[in-house]
Amino acid sequence: MRSLIKALKGLWSLAVGLRITAVELVKPQITVHYPREEVENLVSYRGHIELVPLDADLQTPRCIMCWRCVDNCPSRCITLRMHVKGEEAGRAADPGLRLAPDIQVPYSQHRTPPPDVIERVLDVYRLNYSLCSLCGLCVQNCPVDAIRFTGNAYLVGTTRQTFDIDLLARLRQRAAATVAARSTARAA
Amino acid sequence: MIAQLTAWLTHPLGHMIAALVAIMAFLGVNGLVLVYMERKVAGFIQRRPGPYEVGPQGLLQPLADAGKLISKQLTIPDGADKLMFWAAPVLSMAPVVICFLPIPFSPLLTGMDVNLGLLLILAFSGLNSLALCLAGWGSNNKYSLLGAARAVAQAVAYEIPLLLAVLAVAFQTGSLNLSVIAEEQSRGLLSWNVFTHPLAFFIFFVASVAETNRSPFDLPEAESELTAGFHTEYSGMGFGIFFLAEYSYMVIVCAVATALFLGGWDGPVLPGIWWFLAKVFGLIFVMMWFRWTFPRVRFDQLLNICWKWLIPLGLLNLVVTALMLKLVR
Repeated sequence: MRSLIKALKGLWSLAVGLRITAVELVKPQITVHYPREEVENLVSYRGHIELVPLDADLQTPRCIMCWRCVDNCPSRCITLRMHVKGEEAGRAADPGLRLAPDIQVPYSQHRTPPPDVIERVLDVYRLNYSLCSLCGLCVQNCPVDAIRFTGNAYLVGTTRQTFDIDLLARLRQRAAATVAARSTARAA
Repeated sequence: MIAQLTAWLTHPLGHMIAALVAIMAFLGVNGLVLVYMERKVAGFIQRRPGPYEVGPQGLLQPLADAGKLISKQLTIPDGADKLMFWAAPVLSMAPVVICFLPIPFSPLLTGMDVNLGLLLILAFSGLNSLALCLAGWGSNNKYSLLGAARAVAQAVAYEIPLLLAVLAVAFQTGSLNLSVIAEEQSRGLLSWNVFTHPLAFFIFFVASVAETNRSPFDLPEAESELTAGFHTEYSGMGFGIFFLAEYSYMVIVCAVATALFLGGWDGPVLPGIWWFLAKVFGLIFVMMWFRWTFPRVRFDQLLNICWKWLIPLGLLNLVVTALMLKLVR
């Protein structure tokens, strides 16, 4: 008798299971049809980093060239070059790959001059994305919030060069695109 | 010319040859349709679109799959028995065509009206387990051998409740001719045997799921335990034929279930053939629904279900049917 009740209960659980799959069968799909659709919610996605422009001038990055991102990066994937205004571009020493801790970098660590005294110009800001581990230390440590993660979830490439990203050029391109979009909107 | 053709078709031999050709064409198309249907059902149950890229709504996907299977190299493992290895898929597929002969698709559309049609189907479908056994033995692979051993144990066990369920209906109708059994039920919905023999229908359907090695009874090819069971070593069309045979057996058991329990071609408005096919594919859909709902049973559970539940229940059902018939008549 007990085994009969157990069997009937088992049969009932099978019917419950069938009901669940039948309900799921008629519900709408929840997968995203990738090449035709893209996920909308990329806010929390950590793509590669990008430079944030000044609010007043979209062409100029907020970066104050304090080198903290370069110093903090555990993967050494950021390349930064700059020069002081009035001096010749590219005169500042090339920090290169700094693997030994005793090698000093100009304007690095506590030797950063206050930004209102000397004006600096950013020459190069490159990201070697193939080294980046997306740890976010550069974003966390930037004193002026000049770096943020992009929502660029669809970056693909067949060469290493694709992942050597010139963030300064990217910033300027996006600024130009924004300006163009604004002017067309105004014209319309 | 037309008179000659009709004369040839009305001759039993001509009729049978025409039926065999039509069945083979049906089997090919059926394989394509069921592959598509299975993948779409799986997709929808898991709330994804299923095949979508080849052709509109992925309709040409089975053709692409078939093209891949046909064009692949046929390989044979070292130390395998060549004759057995290649005989197995052929032996699995060949009886299928014969099993379709006595199935009454409609009052007129029956391949061969034999008075022992049911017996013919049961006898020839039993050959499939021999094919699986040969495939497992011939492959020289432990997974294949285990799969074959399971297949045989399962087929032998589940043929008994299948027969018991079928016998109850045969007792009532007094015939093993599927056309006669279907004819008996063509007096409206309530004359269907599923209402007079619900238990027999249940036993028949469970046993037929097990006989066709479908999930949750897919132990012979349990992919998580045995790689692919008896067809582990088969590539290309060797595997393709096993696949086609499995889908064809699904159609056979569902067609037999339709003829025995669901009133065969009985239904309003539309011609009988459409009703028959609708019922068959409805049952196949239920089988697919099972597959994407239930987890695979263990082997001891599989045999327990059969020997402890289905066979006693089948015997009980048979005895009650016999008593009822004796008392009523």
